[in-house]
This record gives sequence, structure tokens and C-alpha cells, in this order.
Amino acid sequence: MGYTLNFGAVWRNFDFLLHGLMLSLGLAVTSILIGAAIGLVLAFALISKNRFAVVPARLYVTVLRNLPILVLVLFAYFALPQMGFRLDKIKSFVLVLSVYSGAYLAEVFRAGLLSIPKGLTEAGLAIGLTSMQIRTSIIAPLMVRNVLPSLSSTVISLFKDTSLAAAIAVPELTFAARKINVESFRVIETWMITSALYVATCFLIAALLRFVERRLALPR
Amino acid sequence: MSQSFLDQLWTARYVIMSGLGMSVSISLLAILAGSVLGVFVGMALVFGGAALRFAVRAYTDIVRGTPVLVLVLASYYVSSAVGVNLGPFTAGVLALAIFCSSHVGEIVRGALQAIPKGQTEAAKAIGLTFTQTFTSVLWPQAMRQFLPAWVNTAAEMVKASTLLSVIGVAELLLRTQEIISRNFLSLQFYFLAGALYFIVNYGIERFGKYVERKTTLPS
Amino acid sequence: MAKTILDIRGLRKTYGQHEVLKGVDCAVQEGEVIAIIGSSGSGKTTMLRCINMLEEFQGGTISLDGEEIGYHVEGTARRRKSEKEIARQRALTGMAFQQFNLFPHMTAAENVMLGLIKVKKMAKFEARAIAETWLDRVGLASRVDHYPGQLSGGQQQRVAIARAIAMAPRLMLFDEVTSALDPELVGEVLQVIKGLAADGMTMLLVTHEMRFAYEVSSRVIFMNQGVICEEGNPKEMFVRPKTERLAEFLKTSSFN
Repeated sequence: MGYTLNFGAVWRNFDFLLHGLMLSLGLAVTSILIGAAIGLVLAFALISKNRFAVVPARLYVTVLRNLPILVLVLFAYFALPQMGFRLDKIKSFVLVLSVYSGAYLAEVFRAGLLSIPKGLTEAGLAIGLTSMQIRTSIIAPLMVRNVLPSLSSTVISLFKDTSLAAAIAVPELTFAARKINVESFRVIETWMITSALYVATCFLIAALLRFVERRLALPR
Repeated sequence: MSQSFLDQLWTARYVIMSGLGMSVSISLLAILAGSVLGVFVGMALVFGGAALRFAVRAYTDIVRGTPVLVLVLASYYVSSAVGVNLGPFTAGVLALAIFCSSHVGEIVRGALQAIPKGQTEAAKAIGLTFTQTFTSVLWPQAMRQFLPAWVNTAAEMVKASTLLSVIGVAELLLRTQEIISRNFLSLQFYFLAGALYFIVNYGIERFGKYVERKTTLPS
Repeated sequence: MAKTILDIRGLRKTYGQHEVLKGVDCAVQEGEVIAIIGSSGSGKTTMLRCINMLEEFQGGTISLDGEEIGYHVEGTARRRKSEKEIARQRALTGMAFQQFNLFPHMTAAENVMLGLIKVKKMAKFEARAIAETWLDRVGLASRVDHYPGQLSGGQQQRVAIARAIAMAPRLMLFDEVTSALDPELVGEVLQVIKGLAADGMTMLLVTHEMRFAYEVSSRVIFMNQGVICEEGNPKEMFVRPKTERLAEFLKTSSFN
């Protein structure tokens, strides 16, 4: 084997990796926030009694959850311009990850909505609130509390999906790592550090969500 | 336009089929190897001693905290750097198998731990050994939890198999890109690839639902 | 004489094939306290829920202060009013539920304030003052900033009543408000309802507490299989039931 570890080259490029990580986080936060808005609308559609809401929402979720995200990333960046819809690399990737997150978050939110007692909606109706007011002031805040414990695995998985932006040369963490790998030949070191950065970030995301969960926990 | 797409599709039919075949082979190999490894991972997490549990927990946390694309790239570059020349196919399948093993490990752990403690105690009380308890009491119950989740992992693997295109394995997505580079029909051929992936994964999803119905105990 | 607040005529309600209300007629005068009794499945809760449009109904009319609730009826054509209109009408009646249905992420005061702010468009300080007044009235001045999870069942139900009454409804509906409570907590809730009766609030109570129905109501309605079977003064009805069915029902219910 005769491979001796030498982290020097990686440390010299550490700034480059960190910048990549920051970009990864930026992509994830933006896309997941947009995806959460999409997911929320879809989740309400999925639990509604109106077929014209349920069918399109179910179709959206089923199609997207069964497609590999890399196909979507390439499609948005290389094929959409053919239809006259041209976006730069970053916007194109954010579009894809947002749409994709929407499908996954919709399922998480739907489960959270189903566990809210129907009586709360009735109590809201009884004091004269409209359905929209009930959704925003009662159902959504409770749903968020319901889903927080199960949200972290979805959020972490979506964060990891930002690595696919490397396929269209967005200089996020994976792209940066590959560049250092090719230029420095410190292969093992590069991927060890990269993996460590991803793992540490995933732990931080999980810790952050647990913190939010505790902050929002209702006193009893 | 559509005439030319059909022409191009006819020309590319064998290339697409070989790509699809490659994607299916990658997924099957990764699922098989990953599941065997994953069962050991899960058992170690539940029945292992403290040191083994810690080591295996570190393994699953690292694998689950790393994007699959990073696993694929690392497997490919690292294996050649240390002189084990695996080639893109084997390196890619290895990465997916590792990814699969951590998922399967978690599912196995979850399935085993969902069984009430009283079951083991009841088995002991009627004099079963650990092996007997495991094979005739714990395993059959765990399988009911395990199977539907495992089928879903299979769909994850098919999706992850696309990542091997990045290291040059000629699976469906790379084949599609090659075809597009010749005829520039990116819209049509990405749609086609998407449709093929959807059909395979949707089939797996329906099968998972079927398995779930079949394995649910009557109540 | 007192004026009619609520006028129910020929109310019909079906779930698929099953007819739950088979033509109910009932007029309620201002200030009346009406106890609705009957075995489960008699349609008493369904009738209450129709008044607040928590259930759709297929026939008949319900009017509150002369205004038709829920549906426009012109000749044989009948269509549901707009959601906004129904929301406005629902705010005219207050309702308390068996399961309290407090919003768990809001304090007692916030539960009461929600409708005042969102429906009555009050300023926050104004809503807060009203919430404090009513929570004080139901004996919970010291629990204003507690969350439902920190309150006993009886306290939660009193907050729920304060939430409904703070909207200044024309009519209060109580749907078995003591059925989910431990026996020792029933009294505090009944006390609150008695207080409201003394204030002259018009109320419809679906209840299993015969003793309470006897004491507090000015009229009792006995429902059986989707129709009003017998109604009248509690002093007479409980002592000398006219129908066989009511006599049977009173024998099996806990009136002691």
C-alpha cells in the first residue's frame, strides 16, 4: 500500500472546502424553506376532501418521490433552456431541490396534520374563524410541533442532496473536494475531511432541530 | 420534431436497454451486498457488546451523515489511490452497498427493538436458547416490520444508482447523456429516462405497499 | 313578551341512508335555558351541531334572530351560504364541547383572545381585557397565562366556556360539557353555567346530568329517534312524564 497520510495539502485548501460547505448550506436552507412552503400547501391538499385538490397533489408527490434527483438536476439545467427557460447553475439547482423537498416535506407534514384532533377545527369554526384562519393560527403551529421529531431525517437527507449540485459544477462542498482531490492527489485526506464536514453538519442540523423542538414544547 | 425523436429512439433502443440493464444490475448487487452487511450491522447494534455497538454506531452515523455521491467519489478515488484498482463499476457498487448497509442496519435495529421485551422473557421462560428465541420468536416478528421498509430501501438504491454516472459507469443516466450529446434532444431523452426510473420505482413502491398489507397481522 | 331568538322548523339530517333528524321543530325565547335530554343516538348532539353549522343538514330551516342559518332557501332551490357568511353566523352562537377543544399551543387568555382579535378585529389590549374579565368570571383569574396542558379538565372546560361567551353570542350551546370530566370536577363547571343562566343568557344544553337539568332549565326537551318526543316544564316532566318513552328513559338514567 505505502500510503502515508499527509493533511498539509488539504489544510492549505481548507478555506476552499469551508466556502463550499457554506454554499451547500445556503443551497439547502433556501431550497428547504421554499420546499416547506410547497410542502405545506400540498399537505393541506392531500388531506382535503376535494378531489380536485387531492389528485394533483398526490400526483406531484408520487412522481417526484420516485424520480432520482440527479435526473431532475440535469433536466433543469440542460433541457429546460430548450423550452426557453434558462436559469444560472445555482438558481436551476435551487429550483430543483425546492420542488423535490416539497414532495418529501408534504408527506411529513401530512402525517403531522392527520394527528391533530378534529375538535380543534370545530372549536375554531364555532368562534367564527374561517378555514384559512384556522389553518394559519391553529393547525399549522400544532403541525410544526408534531413533525419536529421526525423532521430531522428528511432535512438531513435534503441537505445531503446539495452534493448533487457538483454535477452541474456548482462549487459547493463536494465539487470543492473533487477539485482538491484532482489537484493535490491527497485522495484519502480530502475525502476524510469532506466526509467529516458533512457528518458534523448533519449532527449540527439534528441538534438545532432538537433545540427548536424543546423551545416549542408546550408546558404541562 | 416528434418524427425525429422516434427515429432517434429507434436508433438508441439497444443503448437505452443496456443502460437500464446496467442500472438494474447495480441496484440488485448493491441491495444484496448491502442487506447482508446491514443485517450484521443491525444485529451488532442490538445484541453487540458496548465496544462493538460503539464502533458500528460510528460506522452508520458516518455513512448516513455523508452524501451518497461523496461515498461514490471517495470509493472510486480512494480505492485507486491505495492501489486496489476496483474500476468504476465495483467501486460504485461498493459505495452503494455501504450506504445500503447503514440503512438496512437501522431498519433491522428498529424492527428488533420494536418487539416488546416480554417476548424474549416469555421465550426464555419456556426454555428456548438464544438462537431458538431469535429464529422462532424475534425474527418472524421483526420481519413484518422489516420487509416494507426494506422494499423502500430498494427504491432508494435505484435512485442512487444514477450517481454512478458521475464516475463513468454506463448506466441509464450516462447512456442518456451520451445519446443527448449526439442528437441534442435533451428534453425528450431526459423525459424518457425519468419515465423509465419512475416506472421501476413506482413498481417497487406498489410492491412495498402490497408487502405491507400482506405482513400486517390481523387485528 | 320575550322575543323568539331561535326558530327551528322541520329540521332533517341524514348520513347516507340513515336519517338522524326526522323533522324537528323548536322555538327558543330570549333568556330561556333549555335542557335537551335523550339516549345516545337520539339526535340531540346532532341538532346542536346543526345550529352552529358544524353539520350540514338536508331539510328544514334554522333561523337566528330571523336570519336563516347556513342556507339560502328560495322556493325549492337551496344552496349553502358562502364560507365567510357562515363564519359570521357561527360567531353569533357560542359552543362548548365535550372534549373542551382548547388550542393547546395558546394560554388560557390567548384561547379567549383569538376570536376577539381574528373575528371581531379587536386590538390586542382590548381583547386581553375582555379575556381577563371572563376568565375571572369563571374563577380562573390566577390561571390566565397557563397553557391547557397545565390545567385540570374542569379548568380547561371553564376556559372553553369563557372563550365562547367572550364573543358575546346571542345563544350558547353546551354539548355534554361535563361528560369527559372526573366526577369531582363536574360541580365547578355546572356552577359556571348556573351563573350564566342567572345573567339571563339564552342557552341550549345537551346533558346527561338530570339533576342539573332539573335545577337549572326553564324547559326540557326529550328527544327520541330523531324527533322531539316530549317537552315541557322540568318540574312536571321529571315527576309526571306523559310518554312511555320518557318514563322509561328517566328510569334508566341517573336521576337521584
